[in-house]
Amino acid sequence: MPKDSGIGASPKRREDVRFLTGAGNYTDDINVNGQAYVHFLRSDVAHAAIRGIDTSAAETMPGVVRVFTGADFEGVGGMPCGWQVTDRHGNPMQEPPHPILAQGKVRHVGDPIAAVVADTYEQARDAAEAIDVDLEDLPAVVDMKSALAEGAPKLHDDLTSNLCYDWVLGETDDALVDKAFAEADHVTTLELTNQRLVANPMEPRVAVGTYERGTEDYTLYTTSQNPHVIRLLMCAFVLGLPEHKVRVVAPDVGGGFGTKIFHYAEEAFCTFAAKACNRPVKWTSSRTEAFMSDAHGRDHVTKIELAMDKDNNFTALRTNTLANMGAYLSTFSSSVPTWLHGTLMAGNYKTPCIQVNVKAVFTSTVPVDAYRGAGRPEATFQIERVIDMAARERGVDPIALRRQNFITEFPYDTPVALTYDTGDYNGTMDKLEAAADIAGFAARRAESEKHGKLRGLGINSYIEACGIAPSNIVGMLGARAGLYDAATVRVNATGSISVMVGAHSHGQGHETAFPQVVAEMIGIDESQIEIVHGDTSKIPFGMGTYGSRSLAVCGSAMVRATEKVINKAKKIAAHLMEASDADIELKDGVFSVAGTDKSVAWGDVTLTAYVPHNFPLEEIEPGLEETAFYDPANFTYPAGAYACEVEVDPETGKVTIERFSAADDFGNIVNPMIVDGQVHGGIGQGIGQALLEGCVYDENGQLLSGSYMDYAMPRADDVPFYTVDHSSQTPCTHNPLGVKGCGEAGAIGSPPSVVNAVIDALQSGGNEVAHIDMPLSPARVWQAMNG
Amino acid sequence: MYNFEFEQPGTIAEAAAALGSEDALALGGGQTLIPAMKQRLNAPGTLVSLSGIAEMKGVCLRDDGALSVGGGTIHATVAAQAGAHYPALAALASHIGDPAVRNRGTIGGSLANNDPAACYPSAVLGSGATVVTNTREIAADEFFQGMFTTALGEGEIIVEVRFPIPEKAHYEKFVQPASRFALTGVFVAKYADGVRVAVTGASEEGVFRWSEAEAALSGEFSAAAIEGLSVPADGMIGDLHGTPAYRASLVSTLTKRAVAAAH
Repeated sequence: MPKDSGIGASPKRREDVRFLTGAGNYTDDINVNGQAYVHFLRSDVAHAAIRGIDTSAAETMPGVVRVFTGADFEGVGGMPCGWQVTDRHGNPMQEPPHPILAQGKVRHVGDPIAAVVADTYEQARDAAEAIDVDLEDLPAVVDMKSALAEGAPKLHDDLTSNLCYDWVLGETDDALVDKAFAEADHVTTLELTNQRLVANPMEPRVAVGTYERGTEDYTLYTTSQNPHVIRLLMCAFVLGLPEHKVRVVAPDVGGGFGTKIFHYAEEAFCTFAAKACNRPVKWTSSRTEAFMSDAHGRDHVTKIELAMDKDNNFTALRTNTLANMGAYLSTFSSSVPTWLHGTLMAGNYKTPCIQVNVKAVFTSTVPVDAYRGAGRPEATFQIERVIDMAARERGVDPIALRRQNFITEFPYDTPVALTYDTGDYNGTMDKLEAAADIAGFAARRAESEKHGKLRGLGINSYIEACGIAPSNIVGMLGARAGLYDAATVRVNATGSISVMVGAHSHGQGHETAFPQVVAEMIGIDESQIEIVHGDTSKIPFGMGTYGSRSLAVCGSAMVRATEKVINKAKKIAAHLMEASDADIELKDGVFSVAGTDKSVAWGDVTLTAYVPHNFPLEEIEPGLEETAFYDPANFTYPAGAYACEVEVDPETGKVTIERFSAADDFGNIVNPMIVDGQVHGGIGQGIGQALLEGCVYDENGQLLSGSYMDYAMPRADDVPFYTVDHSSQTPCTHNPLGVKGCGEAGAIGSPPSVVNAVIDALQSGGNEVAHIDMPLSPARVWQAMNG
Repeated sequence: MYNFEFEQPGTIAEAAAALGSEDALALGGGQTLIPAMKQRLNAPGTLVSLSGIAEMKGVCLRDDGALSVGGGTIHATVAAQAGAHYPALAALASHIGDPAVRNRGTIGGSLANNDPAACYPSAVLGSGATVVTNTREIAADEFFQGMFTTALGEGEIIVEVRFPIPEKAHYEKFVQPASRFALTGVFVAKYADGVRVAVTGASEEGVFRWSEAEAALSGEFSAAAIEGLSVPADGMIGDLHGTPAYRASLVSTLTKRAVAAAH
């Protein structure tokens, strides 16, 4: 019987009532009395020197409050990077300044040059058109290989080149790697592009800054996944403000997918300008602006080589990647191709020798940073594509080849710095083979062929490192922040509970799932528990939501705080029943003395805590509120296996996904419905990457895919009904809930199975096509067949 | 968007007069013009909305047997009302954009804009329709004059389109993955005196007739009749979504499919 409450139940998401009835409170819904509006004048060229900015005409335009340029921010810090990568020679990465408004140069289309604050948005925009900017065009640096070439134009004059870092992980001795490849019976080599994506959350970014002259308090309302991180970065590194005078509120947020982790110039600007103008200042991104100012994702160019012995055991893997940073280092950009990518290059396999090299490159494009999966999709895609290619080259079954090389003993120390605590990759693959009805594929292919279609089956495994992250480890690796989280469990006198969490929900369903955990622990109804998030003045210092971390890290803090609450409540109950603490049991919201019929209800204890007439005041304090910080001992390692079946129209190259099956091992699951939904959404985004999405610049650095007319987002009819199976469960060994995280799995696990399926379909039609770069648009598939 | 004056005349004559003023632009359903104005890419001094002109709306059968569609008729109306007389035209209208587009966008607006990837131009050219304006009648073969270019004069208003009804017809659209406009679309119509084949989305010159296929199909109306025929890739559009060669290939493929599906 499925449970109807607590851990393992699937209550409907309580937050959906307000979202689906138009009662959400998004940042753009927030309007502050007297607010002015800012419009950013953005560069329309990719690379140019600023010879002069004349704002005099704009300043006299109707409604204009003030016009800002880079000069107004010369005494202010720039946008910081939160992770310092050390290169293969032990040197720190090259880290260029990233001013709030351009100083001296513009470095990508969309780089903000000036900002106009005016009474209305249209007035601000009118005035921005009256600003005269004298730009001297410089050559754009778009292609990464060209950017690294000798004599290439430099984007940042103070750096030695456009190379941010040249980084190596795993086996650093080239000779040993060369030897492993020389001794191999077979080497499969694949060159591929993991294309640049634009996250495109439904809600564009918004910031509203306010300043109270009387108290010198600032408030920033912003579309963020992590309000405390934004406050810390903005106060300590950008504006030099005391944190206790700044409140950051991230209310309802309409999707983040990583792109709302980062601290953006517009947030710092609105906060700064609120004081400078002595008026609240609001900015709402248009979709056009979002394309040229939200951090982009992916954008790797990779060569991967897989060595095998005569029995098809993987013996070595070498991968060389160029990773696009864009024009500046966004908040966590440097960590994505390194510690979130290189560390996953073992995949699910016991390859003994692995060498990962990543060269991060500055180009005159929008900064690139974490996007759903962040580094792990790029790792998974290469591994699972090269394995598929190897299986084809060797004439062996792709599932058998994977199974033969799976890691089967845990804990497992990979050659690339991680320790997988638990997993059952064969068991999960068994679930997939059943869910996907692999056995019935041949009949389905025959049926498709009758209708003139090519049918293909693609399989892949994946593993991710989630529950980000153990602070001591990431500190050694260059993180400039801790990655614990925090929760405060505040029990009210009447027994209801407010849980203040550092995690931020922007689609994940925390408001429903988190109470299920506390309700289970205490034995009271979920409706008595409310989650509070997204406001630094209300919540403890937590690090927010990304990297599939909320339940594994913040949820663990919530468990710890709830345990403290229960321990204290037992003391109060013991006092009320004149028993020993050790004899008190809590079940279904009732405290009882073991072996007796004495009991007190949860509500009696909580009331006593706040009305302490009969209370052990000499032993414990009144009240019932506890906080816990939780720093994980290791990453968590969700893993799974996906299967995709496609039909390809051989005349047009059009790919349609006929079946998609996912078997994921997320450890224990709190709300199966929400977990299914997270996987569905992730697969949708993965299918988007595989078939549709692609952010393209021309050689001059102009964004060709700058709107939905040319950037193809997945729509409902582009994706199939999914079959998901989450019954393969090896609980995480080091967090109290045994949970691993599920938010990114779908986006990590799905692109290789889609591409593997298309290649399989084309091969079945006699097309000797080894690889097609994503997105597998009809035109590209047709081109591959008619090359 | 910049400020502008707005007029909503009730008759064609009033609209023509309003369009005589400087910087005035006609507004059909606004599916292209309004986004361009929001982007500040277009800044008319006056918008003259044609949506209040009752005499420009609706679908009916004329005494001469042609189907008349008012220039101000929205796609949803054509989709709902043209089917009994000209099912291929109704089907085409029912797949333009999404429901929001189909309930605002008009046939006159689409034709006057003549987007090279729009659907309607292929139906008009493929049917040999007549575009009726407030001042004259223009044959489809004269109306389309290249990408975003038509025979319309300054301030001229499309009040009606007259479609001769074919024996058989079909519109086969292959969508551009992002915009879902026609990456290439082919309209095939079989009349007693011959077959017309009009292609949208493919050519740098906008909608065009594929005369070689027309000749072959007029001899034998079957997909086999055009086997091996193709348009040259030279002159086809090349962009993010397809090369000229790909579009040329789609022209052949979609024409065959349109013939096979025509009824």
